[in-house]
Amino acid sequence: MTPESAGRLQKLGYECIVESGAGMAASITDAAYEAAGVEVVPSAADLWNNADVIVKVREPSDEEIDAAPDGKILIGFVWPASNEALLEKMKARHMTVLAMDMVPRISRAQKMDALSSMANIAGYRAVVEAGNNFGRFFMGQMTAAGKVPPARVLVVGAGVAGLAAIGTSVALGAITLAFDVRPEVAEQIESMGAEFVFLDFEEAQSDGAETGGYAAPSSPEFRQKQLEKFRELAPDVDIVITTALIPNRPAPELWTEDMVEAMKPGSVIVDLAAERGGNCALTRADEKVVTDNDVTIIGYTDFPSRMATQSSNLYASNIRHMVDDLTPDKDGTPVIDMDDDVIRGALVTHDGEITWPPPPPKVKAIAAAAPKKKEPEETAEEKSAREAAELRKSLNRTGLMLGVGGLLCLGLGTVAPPSFMQHLIVFVLSVFVGYHVIWGVAHSLHTPLMAITNAISSIIIVGALLQVASGSSLVMIVAAISILMASVNIFGGFLVTRRMLAMFQRS
Amino acid sequence: MSEGLITAAYVVAAVLFILALGGLSNQEKAKRAIWYGIVGMALAVGATIAATSATPGTGHLWLIATMVVIGGITGWVVANRVQMTQMPELVAGFHSLVGLAAVFIGINADLEMTRALAAREAGTVAELAGFAATIAKKSAAELSILKVELFLGILIGAITFTGSVVAYGKLAGKLSSSALTLPGRHALNLVALITCFVLGYLYLGGAGLWTMIAVAIIAGLIGSHLILAIGGADMPVVVSMLNSYSGWAAAAIGFTLGNDLLIVTGALVGSSGAILSYIMCKGMNRSFISVILGGWGGETQSAAAVDGEMIAADADTVASALSEADSVIIVPGYGMAVAQAQGSVSELTKKLRDQGKSVRFAIHPVAGRLPGHMNVLLAEAKVPYDIVLEMEEINEDFPDTDAVIVIGANDIVNPAAQDDPGSPIAGMPVLEVWKARQVFVCKRGRGTGYSGIENPLFFKDNTRMFYGDAKASMDAVLRELG
Repeated sequence: MTPESAGRLQKLGYECIVESGAGMAASITDAAYEAAGVEVVPSAADLWNNADVIVKVREPSDEEIDAAPDGKILIGFVWPASNEALLEKMKARHMTVLAMDMVPRISRAQKMDALSSMANIAGYRAVVEAGNNFGRFFMGQMTAAGKVPPARVLVVGAGVAGLAAIGTSVALGAITLAFDVRPEVAEQIESMGAEFVFLDFEEAQSDGAETGGYAAPSSPEFRQKQLEKFRELAPDVDIVITTALIPNRPAPELWTEDMVEAMKPGSVIVDLAAERGGNCALTRADEKVVTDNDVTIIGYTDFPSRMATQSSNLYASNIRHMVDDLTPDKDGTPVIDMDDDVIRGALVTHDGEITWPPPPPKVKAIAAAAPKKKEPEETAEEKSAREAAELRKSLNRTGLMLGVGGLLCLGLGTVAPPSFMQHLIVFVLSVFVGYHVIWGVAHSLHTPLMAITNAISSIIIVGALLQVASGSSLVMIVAAISILMASVNIFGGFLVTRRMLAMFQRS
Repeated sequence: MSEGLITAAYVVAAVLFILALGGLSNQEKAKRAIWYGIVGMALAVGATIAATSATPGTGHLWLIATMVVIGGITGWVVANRVQMTQMPELVAGFHSLVGLAAVFIGINADLEMTRALAAREAGTVAELAGFAATIAKKSAAELSILKVELFLGILIGAITFTGSVVAYGKLAGKLSSSALTLPGRHALNLVALITCFVLGYLYLGGAGLWTMIAVAIIAGLIGSHLILAIGGADMPVVVSMLNSYSGWAAAAIGFTLGNDLLIVTGALVGSSGAILSYIMCKGMNRSFISVILGGWGGETQSAAAVDGEMIAADADTVASALSEADSVIIVPGYGMAVAQAQGSVSELTKKLRDQGKSVRFAIHPVAGRLPGHMNVLLAEAKVPYDIVLEMEEINEDFPDTDAVIVIGANDIVNPAAQDDPGSPIAGMPVLEVWKARQVFVCKRGRGTGYSGIENPLFFKDNTRMFYGDAKASMDAVLRELG
């Protein structure tokens, strides 16, 4: 919680309490909290006792749970897949636990996706750490003292963290290469300004969209090909940032020992997967290692904590959005709506039950991607059959209309005198000509078109002119008035059209 | 002047009219096209006058000349004085004249027919002049056909006349632009129409002129009622429809008088108006019938409520966002016309373009109150037409656009048309402005649009509301940009 998000939470009808000193790492003093109307309590235990909804970052410790009163709502990272014992304990305490790491990856939930927020920070920080340990500029420069070549950065895994790393690295001016097992992210990589490393490999790729936007394990052949490619790249790249993770599995080993050996001295590897064993064989979690050939391998697992202010800000707004969704009535009462995909997805224990894992969300993570690929499979026969059917349909319609029209004409022809039929021919043909001509008119000229057709429709003056030479004075007067009106129209219509058309000009 | 020569002149005039309409396919050709129209009209009128002058008596020539001069001067003055923002009401007003003229000529034709028949019985046909002489030669079957044509001419003419007058009143703000919905209005229209046809049948059976005058009056009522029931945003359809009707009225009169030029021209104008109405209806994803029958109908479903809040922005914010943007799209709507803001918008465009930014305009087919209304206003303000694009041309570019300014438009940028199947405008093609990085909506107040539908665009995270009169707001942004 930050003072800013506290203000928002208060608007939702909540009172906010914070543990004394909680914001220190993020440079938020207790005084700042107090100024925002937040009550500061001396210890975490007081917090547990006083608050109904407890927000944490990490999962609660066993002591915390043991000390906690029953029936609290807890929001934080829980990692239910690897913490089943913890779930049991929380269940026993009748806690309602919302795991921020279980928020489903659907569009609506993006604003509370704390994993993405943290990954974003980690990606950025990875580049900064790498730069810190790298002895050269990122950007190539031509200086008076000579040429400085740009750094070459390889980012492995283009998830949120990977993309953030790509963006930062590109912004610093490095030549950035990126790799991902999901070929469909190539576009995203390129949009960030990096070059996608293509593998020459044919395989029925599982679509990342089906797995909720995460990578799936790849086949051994694919992996072989991938490592070959990395081996080829290793001597050329200065910085490697690995972010490859597969849900609920140890991180795949992608950067082997021989690759590290092949790298130039002074190169840096930042392994964002260190917590899960690391993508690089030599990574040691939470440590910076320097190899014999002077390659620095950074295996920190606390990148977000190294940027506490930013992390707190983002996490606070993720939490705020989550609470916002929990409080539909804005009256300070949290409501657990089991029909809400987001809340249901994040909910791991509720009412003395373990509700993890959640049922699959009703909304597909990325719905549009899958069916697209199936379209070109329409065979030639199917296509020709479809086209034939369409043609037949349109022919049928035309035939029907022609038939009806023809019958009508025939009917008219039997009763109407020939002079009328002649006029009818003229009429029908003119309608057709008009139809074809008008479709060609530019959209932007529709107003002038109306003005000019208006002017032209005053051709009705011809009728009045024919009548004005009448023996009856009544007819003459009425015809004269018609002439008057039509001429207003002729002159006005043409003039105004001309005025309008004169205004259209090219730049 | 011989019959043959006149027909030849008519043929040339008809061809010139077709060229005039066809020439509007692009802006450069259009300037020439108008001259085709003028020459065609001069030719047709000249030939007709020459033809009538062959008949005895010259008094009517003076009458014609006087009337044309008076009418011409009036038309000239009106056309020169009118503001480009008043174009919709001017066009509607002009339509009413054509409609009324059609009614008059129809009634005249009946008068002449009566005289001609009387003369035929008295054996004094040779004394008849002009149109009456033509009628006197007709057979019984031809006379019945003539009566049918006459009836149609008067019916359509009268609907056009009152419809246009009401449309003029609505567009000029003299009448409330909201839809008038009388109980049982469809039944009312139907009864009136049936009455007209019954009267027409009586007329065919030999009842006199009074039936036709009654038809004119009842059709006039239908016309006014029909248009009264149609609300402001449907006006583009109405005006094009009336345009179409004025054409059909001319064609019907052409049949009555046996004049091919009138038929050709009437058919051209009629189909032109019909196509425009069709395009407008498609722009709103509504059927022609539902527009004509008025209002948004009784089937207003409750559209999904929108949560979130509208965030306001001031001129300073807009200006700084614009100076940071590389690509800007401006979406004008009727609000720009009302506030006469096109000049300021044009200046803003010029300033941004001078800074090397890409500035384009996105025009929805039904923006404004007349087909192509926005194009004309922007052209008047000297915005080059090659940066003014249609919806289909520009809709795909919104995701790559840094800033979008929506000026006085609402329904045409409503994402509910795509997202919310319960919305009354569901399925209407809209400009996808919300896909841009940032959207500024310049709007007078918090109210909903014409259709009364809440616009979720205003609540989106990347949308900022910029309240105020469009012109004043644009001027404020210009000042901030310095």
